[in-house]
Amino acid sequence: MRLVNWLKRHFVVIAGLLTLGYLLLPNVVVTVFSFNKPKGRFNYEWQQFSTDAWQDPCGVAGLCGSLSLSLQIAVWATLGATLLGTMIAFALVRYRFRARGAVNSLIFLPMAMPEVVMAASLLTLFLNLGAQLGFWTILIAHIMFCLSFVVTAVKARVMSMDPRLEQAAQDLYAGPAQTFLRVTLPIAAPGIAAGALLAFALSFDDFIITNFNAGSTVTFPMFVWGSAQRGTPVQINVIGTAMFLVAVLLVLTSMVVGNRRNKQKA
Amino acid sequence: MATLTEAPPPLSPTTPTRKSPRKRGRLTPYWLLLPGLLWLVVFFALPMIYQASTSVQTGSLEEGYKVTWHFATYWDALSAYWPQFLRSVLYAGAATVLCLALGYPLAYLIAFRAGRWRNLIMILVIAPFFTSFLIRTLAWKTILADGGPVVGALNTLHVLDVTSWLGWTAGDRVLATPLAVVCGLTYNFLPFMILPLYSSLERIDGRLHEAAGDLYARPATVFRKVTFPLSMPGVVSGTLLTFIPASGDYVNAELLGSTDTRMIGNVIQTQFLRVLDYPTAAALSFILMAAILFMVTFYIRRSGTEDLV
Repeated sequence: MRLVNWLKRHFVVIAGLLTLGYLLLPNVVVTVFSFNKPKGRFNYEWQQFSTDAWQDPCGVAGLCGSLSLSLQIAVWATLGATLLGTMIAFALVRYRFRARGAVNSLIFLPMAMPEVVMAASLLTLFLNLGAQLGFWTILIAHIMFCLSFVVTAVKARVMSMDPRLEQAAQDLYAGPAQTFLRVTLPIAAPGIAAGALLAFALSFDDFIITNFNAGSTVTFPMFVWGSAQRGTPVQINVIGTAMFLVAVLLVLTSMVVGNRRNKQKA
Repeated sequence: MATLTEAPPPLSPTTPTRKSPRKRGRLTPYWLLLPGLLWLVVFFALPMIYQASTSVQTGSLEEGYKVTWHFATYWDALSAYWPQFLRSVLYAGAATVLCLALGYPLAYLIAFRAGRWRNLIMILVIAPFFTSFLIRTLAWKTILADGGPVVGALNTLHVLDVTSWLGWTAGDRVLATPLAVVCGLTYNFLPFMILPLYSSLERIDGRLHEAAGDLYARPATVFRKVTFPLSMPGVVSGTLLTFIPASGDYVNAELLGSTDTRMIGNVIQTQFLRVLDYPTAAALSFILMAAILFMVTFYIRRSGTEDLV
C-alpha cells in the first residue's frame, strides 16, 4: 500500500522522467555506438570498444563534404529566412493594412502542410522551369519553409513589446533609424535569435524537402539516408554525438550569459 | 586627412526631409512584406498551382505531359493507394495520442514541479533537435533489434504474443512492424507536443490550483476541471504539430517498417522520384493535402479554438 501511495504522489515526476528517458535513449545509443568497432558494413550490433572513428571523423568518403554543405546551406537559409521573416513579423504586428488576414493565412499554411506535399509541388515547379537542381534549389526551398517559423517566433516577441518605449525614445528626439536600432531591435532580439536558431536547426536537419529538390547534391541528412541502405559508418555516430554535445554546450553558455546579464541589470 | 575639410554632418537626424511622411508611412508595411511574401508566393503558392495542373495531365515521360483535365487520375490513385492513406491516418493518429499521453506528464513536470532543474530538462528536450533526426531514427534499429534487450524483455513478459495477436507486431520481432513505425513516429514528433503543452501550462496561475484545493477538490479533480481545460490551446496546437507532419512522413516507415507498413508519404516519394509518374504523385499529394486541411479545420472547429491560428 505504501508503494502504491508513493507512486500515486510522485506519478507526474516518474512519468515525466520516463518520457525524458524515451527522448534521450537514442542519443545514448548513438553515443555508445560511436565507440563501436563493427564487423560488417552496418553499425547496429555491439562488437568491440574502439576510438578509431573519433580519431578520424572524416575518414569516410563524402561525409565531411556533405556536412560542410549542410552547414553552408543552413547558414544562408537562416540569414535569408530571418531577414525576410523579421520584416514580415514587424509589418504584421505594427501596422494595420488591408489583406492582413490573407497574409496571416499565407504564413500559416506552410506550417500546416505535410512536408512531402511542399517538396513534391516545389519539384514540379523546378521541373517545369527546367531549373538545375542543386545548391540553389535547396537554399530556395529551405528559406521557404523556415520563413513561417521565424515569423511566428519574432511576432510573439514583438507583440509583447510595449509600444510606449518607442514613443519615449521619439520624445527624447531619437530619429526613426535611431529608435529602431537602439530601442526596437534590442528588445526584439531574443525573438529574432529564437527564430534564427529554429531556422538553423530546421534547415540543417531537413531531409524530406531536400531529398526532392537536391538532384545529385548530397547534404548531411541525405548522406545518412544513403548510408542506411549502403552501410552506416561509425563516423556518423561520432558526428551525431558531437552535434548533441555542441548543442547542449551552446544552450548552457547562452543561459549563463543571460543569467549574468539579468543579475547586472538587477 | 580628408575628413577635416568635409562639412560637419547635420546635427539632428530627425529633421523631416520627406515630402509626404504620412503617405510613405502607409506604404511601409507593404515594403516590409514584399520580399518575404514574394518568396512564399513564388516558391509555395505557385508550386501548388503547378502541382494542381500536373495532377490532371496525361502523357509519358518520353513524350511529355499535357493538361487533358484527366480527373480520373484522382480516382485511380485513391483506389490503388487507399490502404496507404488509411495507414497514414491510423499511424499518425496513434503516434499523436501516444505523444499526448507521454508528453503531458513531462510538460507538467517542467512547468510545475521541476524547480531549479527546469532549465536543464528544457535543454534535454530541445538538444536532440540539433542531432540529425535520421541518425536518431537509425538508433531505434539498434534499440528494437531482434536479439536486443527490449525485444527480449517484451518476449519474456509475453507482451509480443498479445501485440502479434492484435497485428501490431509479427512473431517475436518488433522491427519491420507497425509497432516499430508508430514508436519511431512518436519519438520523432514528441518535442513538437511537449513545447506547446509546456508553454500553455506555464501560463496557468498556480493560485488556481490552490483555490481548487481549498474547495476540497482532489488532485485528480483539479487536473480534470482546472489544469486540463486551461491547457487546451497547447493540446490543440501540440496535436496538430504532431499529426500533420507524422501523416506525411516516410522516413520512419522506410527505416523501421517494411513493405506492409508503407504510408502515403512513401508512395508519393516513390512515384515522384523513382517511378517518375508525376500526375499520380501530384494527385496523391493533393488528396493528402485536402484530407489534412479538412481534418484540421474540423478539429479546430470542434475544439473551439479558432483564434489559435
